[in-house]
Amino acid sequence: MATKVMERQELNFWDRTYLPTVVIGLWVTSGHFFKNLILHALHSLGLFKGIRAAVTFEYPEEARPLSRRARTRHRLTQRKDGTPRCVACMMCETVCPARCINIVAGEHPDPNIEKYPVSFDLDLGKCVYCGFCVEVCPEDAIRMDTRILDIAAYSRDQMKLDIKELLNPRSTLLYKK
Amino acid sequence: MSAEFLIKTLLALFFLGGVLNLAGLLTWVERKQSAVMQDRIGANRAWIEFKSPWLRPVNWLLRPLNVLGIFHSLADAVKMFVKEDFMPRGADKFLYNLAPVISVVFALLSFAAIPFGNVLQVGARSINLQIADVNAGVLFVFAMMSLGVYGVILAGFSSNNNYAYLGGMRAASQMLSYEITMGISLMGIVLAYGTLGLQDIVRSQGGYFFDGWLPAWGFTVQPLAFILFMTAALAETKRVPFDLPEGESEIIGYFVEYSGMKFGMFFLTDLVETVLVACLMTTFFLGGWQVPYLSADGFHFPWGAVWLLPHLAVAVLGMVSFILKVVFFNWFFMAIRWTLPRFRYDQLMHLGWKILFPASLLNVIVTSVVVVMRS
Ligand code: SF4
Ligand code: SF4
Repeated sequence: MATKVMERQELNFWDRTYLPTVVIGLWVTSGHFFKNLILHALHSLGLFKGIRAAVTFEYPEEARPLSRRARTRHRLTQRKDGTPRCVACMMCETVCPARCINIVAGEHPDPNIEKYPVSFDLDLGKCVYCGFCVEVCPEDAIRMDTRILDIAAYSRDQMKLDIKELLNPRSTLLYKK
Repeated sequence: MSAEFLIKTLLALFFLGGVLNLAGLLTWVERKQSAVMQDRIGANRAWIEFKSPWLRPVNWLLRPLNVLGIFHSLADAVKMFVKEDFMPRGADKFLYNLAPVISVVFALLSFAAIPFGNVLQVGARSINLQIADVNAGVLFVFAMMSLGVYGVILAGFSSNNNYAYLGGMRAASQMLSYEITMGISLMGIVLAYGTLGLQDIVRSQGGYFFDGWLPAWGFTVQPLAFILFMTAALAETKRVPFDLPEGESEIIGYFVEYSGMKFGMFFLTDLVETVLVACLMTTFFLGGWQVPYLSADGFHFPWGAVWLLPHLAVAVLGMVSFILKVVFFNWFFMAIRWTLPRFRYDQLMHLGWKILFPASLLNVIVTSVVVVMRS
């Protein structure tokens, strides 16, 4: 038989009094308590600020550090003259699994560029932050590197970004009170 | 006579005021201590600040308190007072309103017998720093704590809610089981010091062992009773490792139907009981107001040094030592509360009846034999 019989470990006398485990538990928690307490005290004197006494980030005042590759809110990159780099090739609109990009193309005066977006709407209420639009763009025209995380709105309409907001993050929309 | 009355009133106000403040502050300690233990910051958003430029110095004084989050206790109190005071249909009106009062009154009454200092000489008058010098103080405290159980039972009974009823039953059986252990484990102390008066018990702890190095406090004479009493007393406070009567978050306790300040009174009872248990532990096992090596006229260190102090300083040192010990126990109970998980109900009963109870009986027998042999 290939059955492996596991012996059930009986609790010994000390285990059943609970005392050793209680002492170990108190040792661990008190260790944290006194270490953090001393650190908090030193911080209030302005010392050892580099060592954190708590893992908490007090969010609105203090943002959690983001990884460099974190995908945050979208933006459209600009040429030197401030016009969008986007050539309205519709690649991102096509690849987007959430179908939240809506581009209206217009003819660009420069024949080398051919097209430009007359309007570029992105509905953040639908976006799943997959980043496909960034991957697929041939012109490096759309990026997700604004580091904006606090996206909140009172209605679905307010979640929609238009080309102005995408070109200049935090310039329009909710951010204007 | 009237002077006597005045002095007692002042003592009661001083002590009970201190106890209630400490209990209120414990909500803050609970939040912050758990936070620091768990590498968090803890509640710090209750903020009092004045807009007027004239009050800027006040703001400056309030700032450290704001940063520490002390005003959360205040915010709690405000919340409790302004919440709706709900009474379920079919509840027994009289008992429903009486239950929280019983809980909190008997918890507070127990403090009357606890000595928080030695005798203070003011002119020709000697003031015993104890609200009521009951000569059977141990029995008085136990009587009050047992009466407090009625509050819990009545709360469950009168709410017209089966969950509350079950919670009340759980609470009653738990508190009665552990009260037995508590009483019997204290018998060791009573036997060892030969008195039931709390002030006398504290006075008897003034001796020393090992050529005057080790103060003969309760826990050195009765180490087993120390642990047993602490466990049982923690169970009395109905706080976390033993919080089955309440089960704040999931198992629904006896005060489900209570809201507003009536709930607040149950909440306060728990904290007052924590302070009470800390006071009792201090009185019985940590020498009450005794300061190591301090006798009536000053410090007499075992290495021969002597530092004489005036009477007032000695009395104040005694009170400070009592308060520090109580604060230490409160810290310790909080640490336990945030370290241990809750017992299962059968484990609770098993611990109470099959471990603590026999162990406390054993302690009494051994102590009796030793006491008889020594006399
Ligand atoms: S991140 Fe994904 S879901 Fe969002 S717009 Fe780009 S492709 Fe669409
Ligand atoms: S893939 Fe790039 S260039 Fe093409 S439409 Fe989208 S943003 Fe514009």
